[in-house]
Amino acid sequence: MIGDQPSTLLDKIWNNHLVHADPGAPDLLYVDLHLLHEVTSAQAFDGLKVAGRTVRRPDLCVATVDHNIPTTDRSLPVLDSIACRQMEVLRENAQSHGIRLFDVGDERQGIVHVIGPELGLTRPGMVIVCGDSHTSTHGAFGALSFGIGTSEVEHVLATQCIPQRRPKAMEIRLKGDRPMGVSAKDLILAIIGKIGVSGAAGHVIEYTGPVVESLSMEERMTICNMSIEAGARAGMISPDTTTFEYLRNREFGPNSDEFADLEMEWGSLKTDDRATFDRSVVMDVSDLEPQVTWGTNPGMVTGISGRVPNPDEIEDEEVRDSAERALTYMGLGPGTPMESISVDRVFVGSCTNGRLEDLREVARILDGKRVHSGVHAMVVPGSTAVRRQAELEGLDRVFRDAGFEWREAGCSMCIGMNPDTLSTGERCASTTNRNFEGRQGRGGRTHLVSPATAAATALAGRFTDPRGT
Amino acid sequence: MHSGVVAPLDQTDIDTDQIIPKQFLKSVSREGYGDFLFHDWRTEEGGAINPAFILNREPYKGASILLAGRNFGCGSSREHAAWALRDFGFRAILAPSFADIFRENADQNGLAALSLEESVVRELLARAHNEAPLRLTVDLEQCTVADSSTLVASFEIDDFRKMCLLGGLDRIGLTLRQAEAISAFEQQRWPNRPEVAPESF
Ligand code: SF4
Repeated sequence: MIGDQPSTLLDKIWNNHLVHADPGAPDLLYVDLHLLHEVTSAQAFDGLKVAGRTVRRPDLCVATVDHNIPTTDRSLPVLDSIACRQMEVLRENAQSHGIRLFDVGDERQGIVHVIGPELGLTRPGMVIVCGDSHTSTHGAFGALSFGIGTSEVEHVLATQCIPQRRPKAMEIRLKGDRPMGVSAKDLILAIIGKIGVSGAAGHVIEYTGPVVESLSMEERMTICNMSIEAGARAGMISPDTTTFEYLRNREFGPNSDEFADLEMEWGSLKTDDRATFDRSVVMDVSDLEPQVTWGTNPGMVTGISGRVPNPDEIEDEEVRDSAERALTYMGLGPGTPMESISVDRVFVGSCTNGRLEDLREVARILDGKRVHSGVHAMVVPGSTAVRRQAELEGLDRVFRDAGFEWREAGCSMCIGMNPDTLSTGERCASTTNRNFEGRQGRGGRTHLVSPATAAATALAGRFTDPRGT
Repeated sequence: MHSGVVAPLDQTDIDTDQIIPKQFLKSVSREGYGDFLFHDWRTEEGGAINPAFILNREPYKGASILLAGRNFGCGSSREHAAWALRDFGFRAILAPSFADIFRENADQNGLAALSLEESVVRELLARAHNEAPLRLTVDLEQCTVADSSTLVASFEIDDFRKMCLLGGLDRIGLTLRQAEAISAFEQQRWPNRPEVAPESF
């Protein structure tokens, strides 16, 4: 409650961070954690310098390199000199402003949205920003966390605040029983399929209901991660004991003395019973099956037993046009059964599905088997810590024995800024979050799937329901 | 007030990966992205110019107003998308709706991302194809869009955004005017800072 007004989780975090409000202007919010990476920060630091400004709270900033680092042998020099320069500039900026950087070679390096939670930097109730749209990931902890542009990065560096209009609150309630073998990735793909890629524009999504409560933290991160793909700048899940347990014994997490008090405080971070959302969507997940995208945005998705749709049957002209265009780009004919489509590449990784549970699931399916002879498959762990732990558990052996490449941590083929890309016409089953034209390489054809579906597909050489393997 | 040639791009959900593909995000500058705007659509495989793409055709080469389908600028937060559009010469984007982060990035760069009724956009798309070049005048003060003779649409925009677009605001400077409020907030938050990580680094 705020005063005696029932309020949403969004309202509570918002009001807790409100530094200043002027009628007509955006509210000024305090930022607890500002994450930085090499691709969207250089121009911001430059802007500060030009204006003669400094970083207000370097202690609340954390930087890493993830987007364009190679995932091959780290002892070799980076061949791409422009990418190299960008990383170098981040090093210089971090050093001159006293910002902590988890650089190549640091055990804590990794994709920014994987390391934040894993190091205990991400906490319930925080406002977190980063020059990256998948900052929505951290909302899994009951934080308000969203991506910003480079000018806003500069703004936060200079002021530790961000001017924002209060977004609307949207509830997505998942009900029913989640069928065995239907992953968090399948849930979020199905949600985007239902509400569309701009379905939550202008809103912050709060995911609620027993299905959500039963998810692990890593699964919650997968869901919140792709909120942006539904048009929401942020997604969030109220913190509970699953959240608190995850946060114990993290390097930068709270120490055990603080924990009891913090749990009390965090326990109040939930939407009050009588609070109302601006919009509510209820989805029954009982009949869901593993999902695969067929088109060029994440909303173009169907169940694994489904078929590529026929654009002629789509009424809305614009939707039909984009479906037609997507099928041409993807090289698919209407009515093709998804399970008959063969793939050239399989990619497991990214801030959506590059965490330990994802890798364990892939290894479970691959164990003792061999990747189909026509498939080039790769696992890129989301962080160096994920890589180390996977190796401790022997997962790397399973991957290698199955014929997967086992790489160093980074964004890799999720964005293809480093040498890991698709060639024209290559078709890829990918555990990432965007199947936009050219996302993984010009002319590349990306199908978004869960880690389990990626593994089963790698074995069979075509899209395959992982529940049979 | 801005007048210019309108380039129609009849597609919905145009994402920032299309506006400026990732291989151009490695620069550490804010300039020089115009040549790479819509790169994979503007060029053929191998780099030759794709003569069919609208921005490679006369009279659209010099267009300064882009007309597009709903949810323009979705996907990645890369401000490079706004930089590339501006650098190419665009001053206004007219569409039924925009992705939230893109609109903010556009505001920050004096690129007017203005929402018009979907039916109006459709009509304008048709006109831009038929009577090329369609020239429009966007008046931010009056919140109107007009052709040479008549008003064709009006839009809503709040005063704050209007001021940003008209170039009157140093946004960081504006926040820094609240320095006292920011310090007071910090003081209240951490009376004996530092105790809550991550500031305990
Ligand atoms: S893994 Fe992909 S989506 Fe995630 S931060 Fe990296 S490039 Fe962005």
